[in-house]
Amino acid sequence: MITTYLARRTWLHGVPAGVKLFALAALSFMLLPVQDWRILATAAMLAALVFAALGREARQRLALIRPLLPVLAIIAAFQVMTGDWRDAVGAVARLTLMVMLAELVTMTTTMAAMMEALAPVLRPLRHLGLDPRALTLAVALVIRFVPVLLEAWQRRAEAWRARSGRRPALRLVAPFVAEALRLADHVAEALTARGFAASARPQEHPMRKIP
Amino acid sequence: MTVRDLVRIALFAAIIAALGLLPRIDIPIAAGVPITAQTLGVMLAGVMLGARLGALAVLLFLFVVALGAPLLAGGRGGLGVLFGPTAGYLIGWIAGAYVCGLLMRALRGLPLFAATLIAAIGGGILVVYAFGVPWLAWKANLSLTQAILGGLVFVPGDLIKAVATAFITVATHRSAPSLISGRA
Repeated sequence: MITTYLARRTWLHGVPAGVKLFALAALSFMLLPVQDWRILATAAMLAALVFAALGREARQRLALIRPLLPVLAIIAAFQVMTGDWRDAVGAVARLTLMVMLAELVTMTTTMAAMMEALAPVLRPLRHLGLDPRALTLAVALVIRFVPVLLEAWQRRAEAWRARSGRRPALRLVAPFVAEALRLADHVAEALTARGFAASARPQEHPMRKIP
Repeated sequence: MTVRDLVRIALFAAIIAALGLLPRIDIPIAAGVPITAQTLGVMLAGVMLGARLGALAVLLFLFVVALGAPLLAGGRGGLGVLFGPTAGYLIGWIAGAYVCGLLMRALRGLPLFAATLIAAIGGGILVVYAFGVPWLAWKANLSLTQAILGGLVFVPGDLIKAVATAFITVATHRSAPSLISGRA
């Protein structure tokens, strides 16, 4: 599956995921009170430079910010209409800066490393009945289900086109969802048959220890 | 939580992702407003799974996106989406799915189509905007009125999706009644 992860290693790949996540959180808090557009614009420029320094592939990822452009344009227009161009520059710079910083972390951290870094944060959730193991399984299931569902949809869409000559319509979604839910129940049965129990309470299933 | 619940949560998280990635289902829409089917998945999750599991499905979807999977409409993903100006809408999806489920339960007496439509509008639109609009105002330094004006563009599309949710739910209920929570 495609990811936003950069395959070619850079120096930022070497920094532990926990450190990057903490730095990102700390920076976002530090930037909250900053209102000066000059500081925000300079910081955004610096972040763009870090991006550029990571190589050609990373610079191409800057295009990921493109879907954000219409929103940023509207925000800037509103700002200019009611007040000051300085507020407009500040708001736009702040938003692009934070998105770029977060993107830097995502680009250089694998999903597995990210989950591992989050483990200490998630562990207390065990007391609320959420088993970290169940969460790991759930994430893996989502990533596996997406291509399966897309393929199932494509099959239905093609059959629809062949028979009706029209583009796939919303009418196809209901049988698609029903089929998907049946698939989910099969997967659940298979997991239960292999001794997986979702609950964090060990006494519920004698076979819980078996992965 | 049973294994079945867990898998259904994962499935609906994946359905939300798939609906965002599909090359545009034909939704009759005016004025070329860019809409994705992704919020349709959010409404369906709350309506079909119920409040708690529906909200968990959306939460799981956002968690996987935040981990770096490019599953948001347009292939966006990663921590960046949580820092963008529209992140409030994403947070609102969680509460929105929850309220969808609550409304479905409260409106058990109504015909399925009407109940689903009300649930989808209440949870999937009103609640989602109640999070998204103030967040946009805060992040972008706008006044609430300006943020509301900016959000209005998406209301027609979301209304169409609420109607679609009702149609899909009724059709699914017809072919497999046990699949809709609380409406067996």
